[in-house]
Amino acid sequence: MTIQVLMPALSPTMTEGTLAKWNVKEGDAVASGDVIAEIETDKATMEFEAVDEGVIGQILVAEGTEGVAVNTPIAVLLEEGEDESALSSAGASAPAAAPAEPEPAEPAQSAPAAPAAAAPAEAAPAAEAEWTGPTKTLAVREALRDAMWEEMARDESVFLMGEEVAEYQGAYKVTQGLLDEFGAKRVIDTPITEQGFAGLGVGAAFMGLRPIVEFMTFNFAMQAIDQIINSAAKTLYMSGGQMGAPIVFRGPNGAASRVGAQHSQCYASWYAHCPGLKVVSPWSAADAKGLLKSAIRDPNPVIFLENEMLYGQSFEVPDADDWLVPIGKAKVVRPGKDVTITAFSIMVGRALEAAEKLAEEGIDAEVIDLRSIRPLDVETIVRSVQKTNRIVSCEEGWPFAGVGSEIAALMMERAFDWLDAPVARVHGADVPLPYAANLEKLALPQAQSIVEAAKAVCYR
Amino acid sequence: MANESSKKSSAKKSSAKQAASKRAAAKRASRKAATKAPAATPDDLMQYYRDMLLIRRFEEKAGQLYGMGLIGGFCHLYIGQEAVVIGMQACTKEGDCVITSYRDHGHMLATGMDPKGVMAELTGREGGYSKGKGGSMHMFSKEKNFYGGHGIVGAQVPLGAGIAFALQYKGTDNVCLTYTGDGAMNQGQVYESFNMATLWKLPVIFVIENNKYGMGTSVERSSATGANLHDRGKAHGIPGFEVDGMDVLAVREAGEDAVAHCRAGKGPIILEMKTYRYRGHSMSDPAKYRSKEEVNKMRQQHDPIDLVRGRLIDGGHASEEDLKAIDKEVKQIVSEAADFSQQSPEPDPSELWTDVLLDA
Ligand SMILES: Cc1ncc(C[n+]2csc(CCOP(=O)(O)OP(=O)(O)O)c2C)c(N)n1
Ligand SMILES: [Mg+2]
Repeated sequence: MTIQVLMPALSPTMTEGTLAKWNVKEGDAVASGDVIAEIETDKATMEFEAVDEGVIGQILVAEGTEGVAVNTPIAVLLEEGEDESALSSAGASAPAAAPAEPEPAEPAQSAPAAPAAAAPAEAAPAAEAEWTGPTKTLAVREALRDAMWEEMARDESVFLMGEEVAEYQGAYKVTQGLLDEFGAKRVIDTPITEQGFAGLGVGAAFMGLRPIVEFMTFNFAMQAIDQIINSAAKTLYMSGGQMGAPIVFRGPNGAASRVGAQHSQCYASWYAHCPGLKVVSPWSAADAKGLLKSAIRDPNPVIFLENEMLYGQSFEVPDADDWLVPIGKAKVVRPGKDVTITAFSIMVGRALEAAEKLAEEGIDAEVIDLRSIRPLDVETIVRSVQKTNRIVSCEEGWPFAGVGSEIAALMMERAFDWLDAPVARVHGADVPLPYAANLEKLALPQAQSIVEAAKAVCYR
Repeated sequence: MANESSKKSSAKKSSAKQAASKRAAAKRASRKAATKAPAATPDDLMQYYRDMLLIRRFEEKAGQLYGMGLIGGFCHLYIGQEAVVIGMQACTKEGDCVITSYRDHGHMLATGMDPKGVMAELTGREGGYSKGKGGSMHMFSKEKNFYGGHGIVGAQVPLGAGIAFALQYKGTDNVCLTYTGDGAMNQGQVYESFNMATLWKLPVIFVIENNKYGMGTSVERSSATGANLHDRGKAHGIPGFEVDGMDVLAVREAGEDAVAHCRAGKGPIILEMKTYRYRGHSMSDPAKYRSKEEVNKMRQQHDPIDLVRGRLIDGGHASEEDLKAIDKEVKQIVSEAADFSQQSPEPDPSELWTDVLLDA
């Protein structure tokens, strides 16, 4: 069998090149690794080495030929024991020159025609069963601590790592008592080195450990966002499913109080943008506990966005051995028929406050706590809009490409026929958060902004 | 008069309490240090005394206003570390630049920024350096070459290298004082900066303010090689020196050498200032991770202001009265700043939307 020597692609973008020079002539013996030709690409002149042993039987493309397409046969190599008579058959078996230029791909389409490569729809999981048993009153801070406590007790491979999580008991006291209970092997104070310990956590997760990585606040996770997205989120895919990162990145997200532009940002839409991550952002203590436990058990990287202002707020939490809330399921926290209000984290409280005010004006609002930003429980939102025909999305973050933008697009795609008004978005002002008390108040969405938006979509 | 009465009262105390005799011992120790200390003119000493006292009193006032709810959010006081910025600033000339972290009030006052504008920024008012939009951690003064005020630990280090890059690029012999904490020394971008700074011989002085703690974590608990942070540039060929950061003259001496090194085009240099913060990390930190004795020992035996005060008095360069006059002047400045910071109105609501982008 003769061997076809094909025009090589010498750069990721090369489709054709110039055969600048032959270093061999017909009849020359070559060994693999010998430089047989020089090829000019769009970027450089490259040496081209033989990969097989043999004798150059025939040169098919002459020196100096330009525009030789990648994969065009340029020479025929005779293997040991073959002579020129083998060449005639070789010609016949040559592939039909270079493959044609790939057809330009169809531009991605938006509605109404569904895009060709639409992702399979994600079905929302079943909601947790309604709890009718005893409850206890817990602050969100305690609920989070209990969740970690229970999961660390349950599974040896769970460990906690972050700045001031151990001896200081947590910068916001969320990890109180964990060091005493589980020891320094599993509750680890890190240096201030976010990219380092986030990456280390992902590496440990590759090995099957289940790290909980606390960021003192998510503002500092920006130091580590490369490891979160490039390493944690993508490895499962890049390894063809061989290994992923069962890791939880958690910490306070969003504005606190007067801490200025660099310490006050909502990252929900940043992380939700990325396939390969789950993003959770609870409001109540019961959800904080149940979702954090689910996040720790989840085999995927989960971004768990807390809120400093909620840490001290108390809620009733099921007094159960193992309270779990599924990731990906929203919760209707106030049923209503006139307008749907979606919110997550601290905005749920403001949405409920707004709903009370709206009720006084005869508007019956349904408030949905999204709980999980990705996967997003679109079903629950659509079902609500089918009833109310109006929707207001609330978030503390910026409007551009925010969670509200996604909800608006989804409602257009999935609930267009039921909408009686354009989707309204309530969000933080599109500026870095100012420090001055009066400006900060203007920048952050309050209950009143939700009331106004709800009235607007009700044409009231 | 004032001189005499204060002498009397201190005599009474020392005869009464053991603690006071310890203080006296500390005074003696500082006197000893004074004889070894690098030469400084009486005028210099008076100036440093005044400048450090201004920072101290300013910070105390800020703490007070915070307690009154007039300052919000995070507020990181510089009390205890005054000698570092005052000693370093003494080595600078027109055009030299300064950048630091969120513990920045002292640096701003040292660069000559107006205490009124600084305090009004702390209260979030129109008269603040950032019109109230930055707050305690984010203040800047182009006029004084002060480049902030950065809240993300370690982020100011490459920025400082970049400022030095520009100073070099523009052909000046100016330097950039890039301050960083001990805790920040574990951020990767610090070492990325070290490499570039050496590679391009950037005129940058990395001033590590090693106050022994990054929040609640002692430097020994966060640093694999212990407390010696001036060695951290070794792998990048950056000379590093340990300096007594509680002694303004020691700081100045080290600073002068460092500045000369940079101005001569020899590249970056590291000065590790051994210093101490008296207060918690920020206003909400109870600082339970260290003992009262540790704090008291530093305050009583190594206070940077007391040290200079001792040198002035013992060297016969100033009387108690002279110093009282300075105290009074400083108090006046600080109280005016505090008044201004409360009288200045909140920014106009329209300010919410300004300064996001410039018109192209
Ligand atoms: C990237 C990042 N991580 C964490 C924090 C929270 N934080 C603020 S100050 C600080 C300690 C820094 O200590 P050090 O560098 O020693 O400076 P010091 O406060 O002692 O001046 C921490 C962890 C932050 N602001 N930025
Ligand atoms: Mg420190």
